[in-house]
Amino acid sequence: MDGVGVTITFWILAVVTLGAALGVMAARNLLHAVLFLILTFIGVAGFFVLLSAEFLAMAQIIIYVGAIAVLVLFAIMLTPHAGRSNGETKMVLPAGLLALCLAAIFVFVLTDTDWSTVSTAPGVGVTGLGEALLSTWVLPFEMASVLLTAALVGAIMLARNPEDEIPEARS
Amino acid sequence: MPFLITDHWYDLRDLANLCNQVLSWLGDFLPHGLVYIIAPVIGFLFAFMLFTLPTQLYLGVLGERRLIGRVQSRLGPNRTGKFGVLQPIADALKLLTKEAFTPTKADRVVMYVAPILFVAPAVMLFAVIPFSHGMIIANVSASLLYFVAVSSLPVLATFMAGWSHNNKYSLFGAIRIVAMTISFEVPLVLALLGLALMMGTINLQDMVEFQRHFHIWMVVVEPLAFGIYFICVSAELNRTPTDIAEAESEIVAGYLTEYSGMKWGLFYGMDIAYAIAASCFAATVFFGGWSFFGLDHWVPPWIIFIAKVYAFYSLFIWTRATLPRLRSDQLMEFAWKYLLPLALFNIFIVATERMLWSKADFGRGWIYVFAVINIALFVAAIPIWARFIGYRPERTPTRARLVREAGGYVPLAPNAAQGDQR
Repeated sequence: MDGVGVTITFWILAVVTLGAALGVMAARNLLHAVLFLILTFIGVAGFFVLLSAEFLAMAQIIIYVGAIAVLVLFAIMLTPHAGRSNGETKMVLPAGLLALCLAAIFVFVLTDTDWSTVSTAPGVGVTGLGEALLSTWVLPFEMASVLLTAALVGAIMLARNPEDEIPEARS
Repeated sequence: MPFLITDHWYDLRDLANLCNQVLSWLGDFLPHGLVYIIAPVIGFLFAFMLFTLPTQLYLGVLGERRLIGRVQSRLGPNRTGKFGVLQPIADALKLLTKEAFTPTKADRVVMYVAPILFVAPAVMLFAVIPFSHGMIIANVSASLLYFVAVSSLPVLATFMAGWSHNNKYSLFGAIRIVAMTISFEVPLVLALLGLALMMGTINLQDMVEFQRHFHIWMVVVEPLAFGIYFICVSAELNRTPTDIAEAESEIVAGYLTEYSGMKWGLFYGMDIAYAIAASCFAATVFFGGWSFFGLDHWVPPWIIFIAKVYAFYSLFIWTRATLPRLRSDQLMEFAWKYLLPLALFNIFIVATERMLWSKADFGRGWIYVFAVINIALFVAAIPIWARFIGYRPERTPTRARLVREAGGYVPLAPNAAQGDQR
């Protein structure tokens, strides 16, 4: 894909995504930060569309915007005083260090990657995707599912109240 | 042999031909690129005249109220014009002239942006719906996923609306809608996964072609998936049996409490648009889309499609008019304990069948066998699972307790004094 339209779209998306990411950092209100984060996710999905990776773009929106962001919103709603004031904390220094380490990793990956491009988009059907997930990439796939199951069981164990074990009397 | 749909512009059974003809003719003498500006205008005119105006205004606003009135033994709006046909216009004028009120402590920006964000996905949803062979705006290869992804966006807008008011009832509505979405999205997507598994595609046009090829509707092949889809989608759309996010008997109007004027109007109108989009999706995926067992060669396919959408939307209106509102905790329990295991069961069955089918080289007759098996399982699974999680139908009162205790309805004696009866 090339042409003037794609370039213009790329720059619009870049400005929106980076601006929203900046907004996540700068917003004092935690809920505004989450809304900016959602905008960032949508911008990234736009980049995937631009790269002809439609499936990835849809998955990005479903998982990050539809599930994770909504879950984050829900967590903020249930935490008292988290929504409206988000001032300075003592964690600025460690957070900055962590951010520097992360930036170093990203720069390394950026310079290390071989950015070769293909002219045609690989057509990924459901069948191809399913076969790749269950043959070549079966180990990471299964590990992710085991991790999620463990998290689910853990959450239930934490939230369970032992006094509720008596079966409810139903009228 | 019925004659096939041709590419001639006068073949009105597929309006895409006419559009293509007009656009290529305009492209001959207009400067490059201007066609891309005219195309959406033509598309908008077609869509508005054929679909949006009758569906949104007359089925959605007027028809829904009239039908609910009919079901509930009352009249419904019938004063403005003949049979109340001018009611939607009167409503819109009233909403436009109302004062737009903003609370002082509200988050103004978020409150203003929320209705706009609510409208955008409703329009985007119709881009992947196939109305006919060529009448599809964007034939995205993963259009099922596109639909699921875009329909998860309005929740954020409603959340923003509820939170921005700085009002406790709005906040309750926002929390409820977020919790509901998290719960009902899971069985919904699992039900659709079963469909994608059976048809081997995630493109909506291919799904219609599949159902056309095998002369069967997916609602027959996977009734369980259809039931789950219907319940989940009405929960996500906030339709009445499950509209706990704006339950006016509990929390004033939920996330809409502080909205007035056209901002409220946008939410109201787009609620209907989302319901229609969900009907379009259900008609495409479960009811064979624009095909109708060969009738689509004679009748324009888009008319068949719109008829199916209306039929499905009437189902929404029917449930809305008949069923009382559920409690918030009942809905959560229902999603996680009842719908989710059933959806997983459905996937298991469908995957097994698909594997057997691929061993048999996708023979034509097999899918009818699967349909019979699945209907039997559907009928069996619902009561069995309900009993397993502790629901006893024989203990559920079929009559109100007071009536039961009194031994049934006792008609008043004609001349009895008041207060003498039991």
